[in-house]
Amino acid sequence: MYDFILERPTSLDAAVALLSDEDAQALGGGQTLIPTLKQRLAQPGRLVSLTAIPGIRGICRAEDGALCIGGTTPHGEVATGATAYPALADLAGNIGDPAVRSRGTIGGSLANNDPSACYPAAALASGATIVTNDRQIAADDYFQGMFTTALEEGEIITEVRFPVPEVANYQKFEQPASRFALVGVFVAKYPDGVRVAVTGASEEGVFRWTEAEAALSANFTADALDGLSAPADGMIGDLHGTPAYRAHLIGVLTKRAVAAAS
Amino acid sequence: MSNVTMKVNGKPVSGEVEGRTLLSSFLREGLEMTGTHIGCDTSQCGACVVHVNGQAVKSCTMFALEAEGAEVTTIEGMANPDGSLSVLQQAFQDHHGLQCGFCTPGMVMSAAALLQDNPKPTEAEVRDYLEGNLCRCTGYHNIVKAIMAASGQDVAVAAE
Repeated sequence: MYDFILERPTSLDAAVALLSDEDAQALGGGQTLIPTLKQRLAQPGRLVSLTAIPGIRGICRAEDGALCIGGTTPHGEVATGATAYPALADLAGNIGDPAVRSRGTIGGSLANNDPSACYPAAALASGATIVTNDRQIAADDYFQGMFTTALEEGEIITEVRFPVPEVANYQKFEQPASRFALVGVFVAKYPDGVRVAVTGASEEGVFRWTEAEAALSANFTADALDGLSAPADGMIGDLHGTPAYRAHLIGVLTKRAVAAAS
Repeated sequence: MSNVTMKVNGKPVSGEVEGRTLLSSFLREGLEMTGTHIGCDTSQCGACVVHVNGQAVKSCTMFALEAEGAEVTTIEGMANPDGSLSVLQQAFQDHHGLQCGFCTPGMVMSAAALLQDNPKPTEAEVRDYLEGNLCRCTGYHNIVKAIMAASGQDVAVAAE
C-alpha cells in the first residue's frame, strides 16, 4: 500500500470537513477499499474512516413504515436485524463471508456501486432513498453506471430508506471464487407495481428490467415472464460467462425470484 | 506514526503504527504474536481471522487504528487458562481437523465465532459459515467434524 494518513473523526461535520480535501477518500468497512489499496489501484493521501461517527449505524422504522439502515451498518447486522424486510436480510446475509459481513457496510457498497454487488439491486428494486449528509437521492437517480453514482466528492451516505414491499426475493447466481453475483435479480412487489433490478450483468451496472416489471405488475407469476428475454447487448462478457449467458440468467433468476416470493 | 491502544486477549496493549498498518501486521510484528497467520493477504483465505469486539474479522483487511479501544481475541487467547487446549481446539486435534496447520488459527477463530452465535449448528450451517476460510489439506470434512463435536453433536459427517 502507498502511505496515507488515516483519520477517524467522531462527528459527521468533522468527516465532511476532512473529505473536502480533494486527496481524501472515505473509508467504510474497507472490505473493497483495503484490497484495492493493497493492489495500489488507489492512492489517496488521506483516508477518512466513517465507522467512529455515532448516529449513522443501526436499523429503525420510519413513521411511513420504511426500513431505515444507517450508512455504516455492517452486512451482518442487516442480516440479523432487518426482520421487517426478509428479502433484504437474506441478501445481506449472503454477501461475501461471515468475516466480511462483520466489517463491510451498506453505505460503502452503495457508494462504490460495483457492477456485481448485491446491495445496488435491493436499493433499486425497492425504490430506496439514499440519504446523505446533504440531501436525499432517489435510487432511480442514484445509480449512474459502473462504479458511478450521483454522490458528489466527499458526500457521505448516512442512511438508506427502503419502502417495505408486500413480497420480495433476491436470487443470486454466485461467482464461486469471488462470491459476488455473476448475475443477481431482486424482485419487489409493491401496491403500485413490481420492480425488478438486475446486478452483475450489465456493463452499465445495476439496471431495471422494465419489460419484466410491466409483465409482473399485470400478473405476478413466473409464467408471466414466458417469452420475455433480456437482450445480450451491453452485458458483461468475461471468462465466467458470455453476454448471452448472463442475459439468459436474468430471465431464469427473475422467474426463480418470483416463484420464491409469491 | 500514531499510537494505538487496544485489549488483546484481555491484556491492554499499545504501540506506534502507521495509518496503513494492518491489524494483522500490528499483531504479528508489533506485538510479536504470530499465531494469527497471513495466507493470501487479499481477504480470501481467512487464515488471519481474529475477533474484534466479539465478531470474526479478517485482520488483514482492517487497519490497526480502526481497532482503537477494541477487545481483540486471537488464537493465542483460545487455550484454557492453564494452557491446556480448549474444547474446540482439542476437537480439531481429536478429529484430525488440520494437516499442515496453516489455516487452523483462522478456522478455530471462525468456528468459535459461529458457536458463540449458534451453539448447535447444523452441518450445512458449519460449512456455510466457513465459506471465507480456505484449507488446502483436509478437504474440510474433518474440520466440520471437529466443530460438530465441539458443539456436542454427532460427528458423523457424510461426504459430499
